[in-house]
Amino acid sequence: MTAPRTMFDKIWDRHVIHTTDDGQTLLYIDRQLLTDGTFHGFNIMAASGSSVRRPDQNFAVPDHYVPTRGRAVDDFADDERRQLVATLDANTRGHGITHFGLGDARQGIVHIIGPEQGITQPGLTMVCGDSHTSTHGALGAFAFGIGASEVGHVLATQCLWQKKPKTMRVSVEGERGIGVTAKDIILATIAHIGAGGGVGHVIEYAGSTIRGLSAEERMTVCNMSIEAGARAGMIAPDETTFEYLRGRPYAPSGAEWDKAVAYWRTLPSDADAVFDREVTLAASGIAPMVTWGTSPEDAVPITGCVPDPAGAVDDQKRAAMVRSLDYMGLEPGMALDGLAVDRVFIGSCTNSRIEDLRAAAAVARGRRAAVPTMVVPGSGLIKAAAEAEGLDRIFREAGFEWLEAGCSMCVGINGDTGNAGERIASTTNRNFVGRQGTGVRTHLVSPAMAALAAVTGKLTDPRDLGNEGGAS
Amino acid sequence: MKKFTSVSAVAAPMDTVNLDTDQLIPARFIRKPRDHDDYHLYLFHDLRYDESGAERPEFVLNQAPYRAARIIVGARNFGCGSSREAAVFALDANDFRATVAPSYGDIFFNNCFKDGILPVTLDEAVVDGLRAELHAEPGASLSIDLETQILIGPDGTRYPFDVDPFPKHCLLNGLDDIQLTLQHEAEMEAFEAAYRDEMSWLYR
Repeated sequence: MTAPRTMFDKIWDRHVIHTTDDGQTLLYIDRQLLTDGTFHGFNIMAASGSSVRRPDQNFAVPDHYVPTRGRAVDDFADDERRQLVATLDANTRGHGITHFGLGDARQGIVHIIGPEQGITQPGLTMVCGDSHTSTHGALGAFAFGIGASEVGHVLATQCLWQKKPKTMRVSVEGERGIGVTAKDIILATIAHIGAGGGVGHVIEYAGSTIRGLSAEERMTVCNMSIEAGARAGMIAPDETTFEYLRGRPYAPSGAEWDKAVAYWRTLPSDADAVFDREVTLAASGIAPMVTWGTSPEDAVPITGCVPDPAGAVDDQKRAAMVRSLDYMGLEPGMALDGLAVDRVFIGSCTNSRIEDLRAAAAVARGRRAAVPTMVVPGSGLIKAAAEAEGLDRIFREAGFEWLEAGCSMCVGINGDTGNAGERIASTTNRNFVGRQGTGVRTHLVSPAMAALAAVTGKLTDPRDLGNEGGAS
Repeated sequence: MKKFTSVSAVAAPMDTVNLDTDQLIPARFIRKPRDHDDYHLYLFHDLRYDESGAERPEFVLNQAPYRAARIIVGARNFGCGSSREAAVFALDANDFRATVAPSYGDIFFNNCFKDGILPVTLDEAVVDGLRAELHAEPGASLSIDLETQILIGPDGTRYPFDVDPFPKHCLLNGLDDIQLTLQHEAEMEAFEAAYRDEMSWLYR
């Protein structure tokens, strides 16, 4: 009998090409995703005198630098950004790599379109030169972000040298309260284990709460694994996963579907598999969350207050808190509920899928924006689906801007940024200093809380709306 | 790949925990080509310079004793966040050759090796102590030798550190790991043939 294995162990073992005596593994990479932000990778590959080994296992889409207020040549912020998108087009054409270009309805944020197209599947190893590649683990893949040199290495070899990470299981158990979203679950998790709590580990999210999440909600959870420092996040594939994937363009069909599902069913961790670390959270203890500081670990319930650095666990965290509060323009003890915001952003690979847009629209319906608010769908297909449901009309009538798909203000490098000193309620993943523009103060929230902040002009507990905010 | 064997140089202490790669190089610079004349200015740009481009005197690298620094001694989870290898390109553009920290963002850690920068990991108490020494004696030096895996502190204390043999070998010899990997071509071909057969639904 073989020793019990975790899902991660099974996927890892299946992809080992070679292991050296000192524990380095040459790992096979099923699929690499490329963006307009990963141009260095092509240069690094070329500099080594190589070409693309497996063009059919690479997929590309521009997302970081694309304009959101239109799709014409003139809509780009400048020539430099236009050139980066053109470079991706040229590189992928030159090497025969599938490219969902700017004029293609399937274009969108790379971590949105992987699952949407069915490129992301259980049991795969996937990489991308972007840290939020952990998103794809929601469907049971081992997916992780890499740097430009490793992108070049995967282009040239379809493999990566890796040291096997440790495993951590985060179990979330029980029924979640009304108004508690997947975003709140992951923010609470990061607050619990810390921004460095997952370093060197792959997290498997488990427990009844996680099993009860939709496929899209699971993506929100896995997306932010990197904000806990984890190499990757993953969730065991189940009927929810299979139903999500069925019929997607790159998903198998017919007899191949049955063969694939039979394999996927073997992937979940064995009952007695041992993880290097176990963490358990009770869903009943999780409230709608908001960040107050400049690290994603700085998350508290919306009913909470800005913490006092005097209560920090150690001197270094105390110093970090003092710096964060200064940057954020906050004082210890201030209530977060009611804090005025200047701007709202709804989008990003964390929260721009159709369920996110529905949750935001449910709050926006019949109300008016009190502050400038952008809604950026995760892909052209999500945009079209939202329009077919009339969500765009709800947003427009509320005075929200309804825009084209891309990373936009999550990272602010396409030209969409806030202004220095502005406070933004944002459905994104990072509240780092300067992330959404120099001097911009970011509060990470769920789509429902973002939409509510848009119409009230302040951070507000979505439960004040009763069931309207939804539990999605 | 750039070689690293050893470095003896001034070390700059940076006390911030969870110092993310957005701080090492703000996102607006990562689209720049690596050979851009201004690349060295992007490192820690918004911590180093104010809105007018003037140096912020309180930032450690702007202080006279640390201008010659080639080593950064950071705090836990150094280089967390974004995967941008531009963070390492910017360190390299300023001739930094090594970092010392209790823990790192995994992606940043891996990226360092690709560009000839050695990320040394030591116990948190040791690193806290090193930073305290560097603060007490601005401009003090550290010596780091990769072959022997020894870091020597300002007071002469020797600290052995761990490093994985494979990246060590690549750094010491300045090896291009793409060419190294392609030496496994036969194994790769055999793996792929069997894999494509079993996982047929992935290949259409």
